[in-house]
Amino acid sequence: MSGMTVLIVDDSSVMRKIVERALRQAGLDLTKVLEAGSGREGLEALGRERVNLIVSDINMPSMDGLEFLRQIQSQGLAQGVPVVMITTESGEEHVREALAAGAQGYIRKPFTPDQVRERVLPLLGPA
Amino acid sequence: MAAGKGTTAVSGTDKKVEISRFEKHLDQATDEVFSTMIGVSCAPAGESPVGEAETISAVIGLAGALSGSLVLHSSSVAAMRIAERMTGIEPGGVDALVRDAVGEMCNMVAGAWKGRDPLLISGCLLSTPTVVSGTSYLLFSQRAPIRIERHYRFEELTFMIILSCELPG
Repeated sequence: MSGMTVLIVDDSSVMRKIVERALRQAGLDLTKVLEAGSGREGLEALGRERVNLIVSDINMPSMDGLEFLRQIQSQGLAQGVPVVMITTESGEEHVREALAAGAQGYIRKPFTPDQVRERVLPLLGPA
Repeated sequence: MAAGKGTTAVSGTDKKVEISRFEKHLDQATDEVFSTMIGVSCAPAGESPVGEAETISAVIGLAGALSGSLVLHSSSVAAMRIAERMTGIEPGGVDALVRDAVGEMCNMVAGAWKGRDPLLISGCLLSTPTVVSGTSYLLFSQRAPIRIERHYRFEELTFMIILSCELPG
Protein backbone atom coordinates (compact mmCIF):
# COMPACT_ATOMS: atom_id res chain seq x y z
CA MET A 1 0.00 0.00 0.00
CA SER A 2 1.46 3.37 -0.96
CA GLY A 3 0.98 6.78 0.57
CA MET A 4 -0.18 5.54 3.96
CA THR A 5 -1.13 7.51 7.03
CA VAL A 6 -0.33 5.66 10.24
CA LEU A 7 -1.25 6.48 13.84
CA ILE A 8 1.32 5.37 16.44
CA VAL A 9 0.12 5.47 20.05
CA ASP A 10 2.73 5.05 22.79
CA ASP A 11 3.56 7.07 25.87
CA SER A 12 7.25 6.74 24.96
CA SER A 13 8.41 9.09 22.20
CA VAL A 14 11.45 6.84 21.72
CA MET A 15 9.24 3.82 21.05
CA ARG A 16 7.08 5.83 18.65
CA LYS A 17 10.21 6.64 16.64
CA ILE A 18 11.36 3.01 16.74
CA VAL A 19 7.97 1.78 15.57
CA GLU A 20 7.96 4.32 12.73
CA ARG A 21 11.44 3.24 11.68
CA ALA A 22 10.43 -0.43 11.81
CA LEU A 23 7.36 0.24 9.65
CA ARG A 24 9.50 2.04 7.07
CA GLN A 25 12.05 -0.79 7.17
CA ALA A 26 9.16 -3.19 6.62
CA GLY A 27 8.60 -1.45 3.29
CA LEU A 28 5.59 0.68 4.15
CA ASP A 29 5.36 3.92 2.20
CA LEU A 30 4.37 6.31 5.00
CA THR A 31 3.38 9.75 3.82
CA LYS A 32 2.09 10.85 7.21
CA VAL A 33 2.81 9.64 10.72
CA LEU A 34 0.49 10.76 13.50
CA GLU A 35 1.87 10.34 17.01
CA ALA A 36 -0.15 10.12 20.22
CA GLY A 37 1.15 9.78 23.76
CA SER A 38 -1.97 8.11 25.17
CA GLY A 39 -5.18 6.45 24.11
CA ARG A 40 -7.01 9.71 24.68
CA GLU A 41 -4.69 11.56 22.31
CA GLY A 42 -5.09 8.69 19.86
CA LEU A 43 -8.87 9.13 19.86
CA GLU A 44 -8.45 12.86 19.26
CA ALA A 45 -6.17 12.14 16.31
CA LEU A 46 -8.70 9.72 14.83
CA GLY A 47 -11.37 12.39 15.18
CA ARG A 48 -9.31 14.72 13.00
CA GLU A 49 -7.81 12.45 10.34
CA ARG A 50 -8.37 9.24 8.47
CA VAL A 51 -5.62 6.67 8.86
CA ASN A 52 -4.70 3.39 7.13
CA LEU A 53 -3.05 1.67 10.09
CA ILE A 54 -3.01 2.04 13.88
CA VAL A 55 -0.16 0.72 16.00
CA SER A 56 -0.66 1.06 19.74
CA ASP A 57 1.10 0.22 22.96
CA ILE A 58 -1.06 -1.37 25.68
CA ASN A 59 0.48 -0.28 28.97
CA MET A 60 0.04 3.49 29.03
CA PRO A 61 -1.07 5.96 31.69
CA SER A 62 -4.18 8.08 31.20
CA MET A 63 -5.96 5.69 28.79
CA ASP A 64 -4.34 2.34 28.09
CA GLY A 65 -4.26 0.61 24.74
CA LEU A 66 -7.11 -1.80 25.44
CA GLU A 67 -9.47 0.99 26.48
CA PHE A 68 -8.34 2.92 23.41
CA LEU A 69 -9.29 -0.10 21.28
CA ARG A 70 -12.69 -0.43 22.95
CA GLN A 71 -13.38 3.27 22.41
CA ILE A 72 -12.46 2.96 18.74
CA GLN A 73 -14.96 0.13 18.40
CA SER A 74 -17.76 1.75 20.39
CA GLN A 75 -17.41 5.13 18.66
CA GLY A 76 -17.11 3.56 15.22
CA LEU A 77 -13.81 5.32 14.62
CA ALA A 78 -11.45 3.88 12.05
CA GLN A 79 -13.78 1.15 10.80
CA GLY A 80 -11.89 -1.37 8.72
CA VAL A 81 -8.54 0.06 9.76
CA PRO A 82 -6.13 -2.61 11.02
CA VAL A 83 -4.96 -2.18 14.60
CA VAL A 84 -1.75 -3.80 15.82
CA MET A 85 -0.86 -3.83 19.51
CA ILE A 86 2.78 -3.64 20.60
CA THR A 87 3.55 -4.48 24.20
CA THR A 88 5.93 -6.11 26.63
CA GLU A 89 3.12 -8.41 27.77
CA SER A 90 3.36 -11.78 26.03
CA GLY A 91 0.92 -13.93 27.99
CA GLU A 92 -1.79 -15.67 25.98
CA GLU A 93 -4.48 -13.93 28.02
CA HIS A 94 -3.10 -10.56 27.01
CA VAL A 95 -3.10 -11.59 23.35
CA ARG A 96 -6.66 -12.90 23.59
CA GLU A 97 -7.79 -9.75 25.38
CA ALA A 98 -6.28 -7.52 22.72
CA LEU A 99 -7.80 -9.55 19.88
CA ALA A 100 -11.19 -9.58 21.63
CA ALA A 101 -11.02 -5.80 21.99
CA GLY A 102 -10.60 -5.46 18.23
CA ALA A 103 -6.89 -5.76 17.47
CA GLN A 104 -5.92 -7.65 14.33
CA GLY A 105 -2.28 -8.18 15.27
CA TYR A 106 0.02 -8.37 18.25
CA ILE A 107 3.77 -7.76 18.49
CA ARG A 108 5.81 -8.36 21.62
CA LYS A 109 8.58 -5.97 22.62
CA PRO A 110 11.48 -6.29 22.00
CA PHE A 111 10.84 -6.75 18.28
CA THR A 112 12.82 -6.83 15.07
CA PRO A 113 11.83 -5.08 11.83
CA ASP A 114 11.27 -8.55 10.35
CA GLN A 115 8.71 -9.34 13.03
CA VAL A 116 6.93 -6.07 12.30
CA ARG A 117 6.90 -6.90 8.60
CA GLU A 118 5.50 -10.40 9.24
CA ARG A 119 2.72 -9.14 11.49
CA VAL A 120 1.72 -5.93 9.73
CA LEU A 121 1.99 -6.49 5.99
CA PRO A 122 -0.62 -9.30 5.81
CA LEU A 123 -3.15 -6.95 7.41
CA LEU A 124 -2.79 -4.32 4.71
CA GLY A 125 -3.90 -6.39 1.76
CA PRO A 126 -2.35 -6.37 -1.70
CA ALA A 127 -0.05 -3.49 -2.61
CA MET B 1 33.10 -9.36 42.71
CA ALA B 2 32.02 -12.10 40.35
CA ALA B 3 28.79 -11.81 38.46
CA GLY B 4 25.99 -13.05 40.65
CA LYS B 5 27.58 -12.05 43.92
CA GLY B 6 25.35 -9.63 45.70
CA THR B 7 22.50 -12.07 45.52
CA THR B 8 20.78 -12.67 48.80
CA ALA B 9 19.07 -15.95 49.57
CA VAL B 10 17.43 -15.56 52.93
CA SER B 11 16.16 -19.03 53.56
CA GLY B 12 15.54 -22.44 52.11
CA THR B 13 16.40 -24.45 49.06
CA ASP B 14 13.27 -23.37 47.21
CA LYS B 15 14.23 -19.72 47.46
CA LYS B 16 17.72 -20.48 46.19
CA VAL B 17 16.21 -22.28 43.22
CA GLU B 18 13.94 -19.31 42.56
CA ILE B 19 16.88 -16.92 42.72
CA SER B 20 18.97 -19.05 40.41
CA ARG B 21 16.13 -19.20 37.89
CA PHE B 22 15.41 -15.50 38.17
CA GLU B 23 19.10 -14.70 37.59
CA LYS B 24 19.33 -16.92 34.54
CA HIS B 25 16.17 -15.41 33.08
CA LEU B 26 17.38 -11.90 33.84
CA ASP B 27 20.65 -12.52 31.98
CA GLN B 28 18.76 -13.95 28.99
CA ALA B 29 16.17 -11.18 28.97
CA THR B 30 18.74 -8.40 29.20
CA ASP B 31 20.78 -9.81 26.34
CA GLU B 32 17.65 -10.34 24.23
CA VAL B 33 16.49 -6.75 24.71
CA PHE B 34 19.90 -5.20 24.05
CA SER B 35 20.59 -7.41 21.04
CA THR B 36 17.18 -6.83 19.48
CA MET B 37 16.63 -3.17 20.23
CA ILE B 38 20.11 -1.66 20.01
CA GLY B 39 22.04 -4.33 18.16
CA VAL B 40 24.67 -5.05 20.78
CA SER B 41 25.14 -8.11 22.94
CA CYS B 42 25.05 -7.71 26.68
CA ALA B 43 26.67 -10.14 29.10
CA PRO B 44 27.04 -10.39 32.85
CA ALA B 45 30.11 -8.57 34.12
CA GLY B 46 32.03 -8.54 37.31
CA GLU B 47 31.08 -5.84 39.74
CA SER B 48 31.42 -2.53 37.96
CA PRO B 49 30.40 0.29 40.26
CA VAL B 50 28.35 2.82 38.37
CA GLY B 51 30.33 5.36 40.43
CA GLU B 52 29.78 8.50 38.40
CA ALA B 53 28.54 11.86 39.53
CA GLU B 54 25.38 11.72 37.45
CA THR B 55 23.43 8.49 37.32
CA ILE B 56 20.02 7.41 36.08
CA SER B 57 17.66 4.78 37.44
CA ALA B 58 14.53 3.39 35.79
CA VAL B 59 12.09 1.55 38.03
CA ILE B 60 9.37 -0.91 37.02
CA GLY B 61 6.96 -2.00 39.74
CA LEU B 62 5.97 -5.67 39.92
CA ALA B 63 2.66 -6.84 41.36
CA GLY B 64 0.51 -9.95 41.42
CA ALA B 65 2.33 -13.29 41.41
CA LEU B 66 5.20 -11.46 43.06
CA SER B 67 5.60 -7.94 44.32
CA GLY B 68 8.62 -5.73 44.18
CA SER B 69 10.58 -3.80 41.61
CA LEU B 70 13.11 -4.11 38.84
CA VAL B 71 15.59 -1.25 38.59
CA LEU B 72 18.00 -0.48 35.76
CA HIS B 73 20.76 1.73 37.17
CA SER B 74 23.45 3.22 34.98
CA SER B 75 25.92 6.03 34.55
CA SER B 76 24.86 8.96 32.42
CA VAL B 77 27.41 7.86 29.78
CA ALA B 78 25.90 4.38 29.47
CA ALA B 79 22.38 5.80 29.47
CA MET B 80 23.23 8.23 26.68
CA ARG B 81 24.78 5.41 24.65
CA ILE B 82 21.60 3.35 25.04
CA ALA B 83 19.48 6.29 23.88
CA GLU B 84 21.79 6.98 20.94
CA ARG B 85 21.68 3.35 19.84
CA MET B 86 17.89 3.25 20.12
CA THR B 87 17.16 6.49 18.29
CA GLY B 88 20.19 7.33 16.17
CA ILE B 89 20.30 10.72 17.91
CA GLU B 90 23.35 11.68 19.96
CA PRO B 91 22.11 13.22 23.22
CA GLY B 92 23.93 16.18 24.71
CA GLY B 93 23.15 15.10 28.26
CA VAL B 94 20.63 13.23 30.35
CA ASP B 95 17.54 14.76 28.79
CA ALA B 96 13.96 13.58 28.22
CA LEU B 97 15.06 11.36 25.33
CA VAL B 98 17.61 9.54 27.51
CA ARG B 99 15.17 9.11 30.40
CA ASP B 100 12.53 7.80 28.00
CA ALA B 101 14.99 5.36 26.36
CA VAL B 102 16.27 3.95 29.65
CA GLY B 103 12.72 3.62 30.98
CA GLU B 104 11.69 1.68 27.90
CA MET B 105 14.73 -0.60 28.06
CA CYS B 106 13.94 -1.35 31.71
CA ASN B 107 10.31 -2.00 30.79
CA MET B 108 11.32 -4.42 28.03
CA VAL B 109 13.81 -6.24 30.26
CA ALA B 110 11.10 -6.68 32.90
CA GLY B 111 8.66 -7.96 30.30
CA ALA B 112 11.16 -10.33 28.71
CA TRP B 113 12.25 -11.53 32.15
CA LYS B 114 8.76 -12.40 33.39
CA GLY B 115 7.85 -13.82 29.98
CA ARG B 116 10.35 -16.62 30.58
CA ASP B 117 8.56 -17.85 33.67
CA PRO B 118 5.25 -19.68 33.18
CA LEU B 119 4.05 -18.53 36.59
CA LEU B 120 4.85 -14.90 36.00
CA ILE B 121 4.05 -14.47 32.31
CA SER B 122 0.40 -13.71 33.01
CA GLY B 123 0.39 -13.58 36.80
CA CYS B 124 2.84 -10.72 37.28
CA LEU B 125 1.82 -7.22 36.32
CA LEU B 126 4.23 -4.45 35.35
CA SER B 127 3.87 -0.76 36.07
CA THR B 128 4.82 1.92 33.61
CA PRO B 129 8.44 3.05 34.15
CA THR B 130 9.47 5.72 36.62
CA VAL B 131 12.85 7.31 35.89
CA VAL B 132 15.06 9.23 38.29
CA SER B 133 18.30 10.97 37.36
CA GLY B 134 20.71 13.21 39.19
CA THR B 135 23.86 13.40 41.20
CA SER B 136 22.71 12.47 44.67
CA TYR B 137 19.67 10.34 45.30
CA LEU B 138 18.74 7.11 47.01
CA LEU B 139 16.05 4.66 45.99
CA PHE B 140 14.25 2.93 48.82
CA SER B 141 12.03 -0.09 48.43
CA GLN B 142 10.12 -2.22 50.83
CA ARG B 143 12.35 -4.81 52.49
CA ALA B 144 12.39 -7.68 50.00
CA PRO B 145 13.32 -11.26 50.86
CA ILE B 146 14.77 -11.73 47.40
CA ARG B 147 17.30 -9.26 46.07
CA ILE B 148 19.26 -9.96 42.91
CA GLU B 149 21.91 -7.55 41.76
CA ARG B 150 23.47 -8.17 38.35
CA HIS B 151 26.09 -6.16 36.54
CA TYR B 152 26.16 -6.17 32.74
CA ARG B 153 28.51 -4.98 30.05
CA PHE B 154 27.64 -3.78 26.55
CA GLU B 155 30.39 -2.43 24.34
CA GLU B 156 32.82 -0.94 26.91
CA LEU B 157 30.09 0.29 29.26
CA THR B 158 28.41 -1.26 32.24
CA PHE B 159 25.16 -0.93 34.11
CA MET B 160 23.33 -2.74 36.88
CA ILE B 161 19.93 -4.37 37.26
CA ILE B 162 18.45 -4.90 40.70
CA LEU B 163 15.47 -7.18 41.19
CA SER B 164 13.89 -6.88 44.63
CA CYS B 165 10.83 -8.98 45.23
CA GLU B 166 8.72 -11.05 47.50
CA LEU B 167 6.83 -14.19 46.59
CA PRO B 168 3.28 -14.50 47.92
CA GLY B 169 2.68 -16.74 50.91
